[in-house]
Amino acid sequence: MIQMKNVMKQYDNGVIAIKDLSLTVDPGEFLYVIGPSGAGKSTVIKMLYHELKPTSGSIQVGKYDLATMAPSDVPYFRRNIGIVFQDFKLLPRLTVFENVAYAMQVVEAKDEDIKPRVLHVLKLVGLEQKLRRFPSELSGGEQQRVAIARAIVNAPDVVIADEPTGNLDPDTSEGIMDILERINADGTTVIMATHNREMVNERPHRLLEIAGGRLVRDEQGGSYSDEE
Amino acid sequence: MKSNVFMRHVRDSLKSLKRNGWMSVAAVSAVTVTLLLVGIFLALLLNVNRVSTQVENDVRVRVYIQKGTTKKQQAALKDQLEGLANVKKVTYRSASQELNSIVGSYGSQWAMFRGDQNPLNNIFLVDTKDAKDTISVAKRADKFKHVSEATYGGTTAKKLFRTVATIQRWGAFFTILLLFVAVFLISNTIRITILSRRDEIKVMRLVGATNAYIRWPFLLEGAWTGLFGSLLPMLIVDFGYGLVARNAHFTEAANGFSLYPNMPFLVWLDLGMALIGIVIGGLGSVVSMRRYLKA
Repeated sequence: MIQMKNVMKQYDNGVIAIKDLSLTVDPGEFLYVIGPSGAGKSTVIKMLYHELKPTSGSIQVGKYDLATMAPSDVPYFRRNIGIVFQDFKLLPRLTVFENVAYAMQVVEAKDEDIKPRVLHVLKLVGLEQKLRRFPSELSGGEQQRVAIARAIVNAPDVVIADEPTGNLDPDTSEGIMDILERINADGTTVIMATHNREMVNERPHRLLEIAGGRLVRDEQGGSYSDEE
Repeated sequence: MKSNVFMRHVRDSLKSLKRNGWMSVAAVSAVTVTLLLVGIFLALLLNVNRVSTQVENDVRVRVYIQKGTTKKQQAALKDQLEGLANVKKVTYRSASQELNSIVGSYGSQWAMFRGDQNPLNNIFLVDTKDAKDTISVAKRADKFKHVSEATYGGTTAKKLFRTVATIQRWGAFFTILLLFVAVFLISNTIRITILSRRDEIKVMRLVGATNAYIRWPFLLEGAWTGLFGSLLPMLIVDFGYGLVARNAHFTEAANGFSLYPNMPFLVWLDLGMALIGIVIGGLGSVVSMRRYLKA
């Protein structure tokens, strides 16, 4: 499903964010990416959805080789993945329904297919009563649920979440995790960068720990150690 | 592109225009002010050009026929004049017709010269194909037999030609300058609205929208901004031009010059303003967002 081989990322200012990272993610896995701030978590996540290109090495996601992919293929690649951000990144001028529908519209889905599918995923995240609200009229947790609905509406193979609970209180974070685990239970691969120690310890999954740009731990069911 | 996708873009662009609220109002207002200036100046410049051309074309060669020339000789002279290069039309006016027009213009005291007292000559009025040919035609006609004198207005006409050329040159310059200002102002306004929405464009790209898909609603929104911005200038210019044309009518009749008639001039002017708005609005959007669409 996902394969990173000897990936190195150096920014234009000379800083090396990731050094010689190799890993394989199988379909249907739930993966935490943890590490202190500045360790390189976000760089890894951004490389996975091709916001950043690796300086060297290769990244294969499904049939796409991200290191050599043509710019014109990027939109089509992104349609196979769902992305969830810490700051939600919803379109402020679109309603809840329209935000989720937009992800289907860009793949040129028919109007008659869009409506039932959007209603279905909004029901899945518990927002079927707030279809006509604008993002500014929702709480943080609700906005994140809209973002998750948008990420899964096209039934992607993989959902990539960059600190999805970073801006949310513990109770709301639990709700978001419930949804992500439910999506994973349906067979979607979930890769989640997080700082949330309690969450990782209470809901164990495969854990990748990055420190100083290197992968220092890859453990199934791993948890935050006390000294971290 | 599928027609349902295009219709979706049209719907979305209108919806977005509405939801952008004051930003849209600001953009439409900027286009309105710019196109109002463009409309007024275009109407003015086009008419100045028209009247100056009419003034220029009013310059004709007057060929004074020597007294005592027989009708047969006059007919031969007319043929000779018509045979000259660049001559469009030769009109005969008798001495009494000339005197009548003087009486009409300067008063009845000139009527005492009617009949045998008439000191004026019979003349031929020669229209040339191009006003600037009057000088050469006059010079050649002056050498013909039975011609007492051939005039074209002398230095006055030369000055007139120079003035008209200057007016037309500056008119063209101002028109081009004005169009540049319009392009700059409208595309700048559109650029500011796009700048405020660059995060939206980023999100659209992250959910897998192609650049073409992102571009369409923005292009259409820019075009709507241009079109809506041109409506008020059209109304004001149409109303204003109608008013000016009506009041100028009497003066025109006396001088023999005329402004462009309302129809179809205003239709073309309105179409021009709408087109400038739509094209600059639409293209301005596409050009402004180009940098945010780079992979």
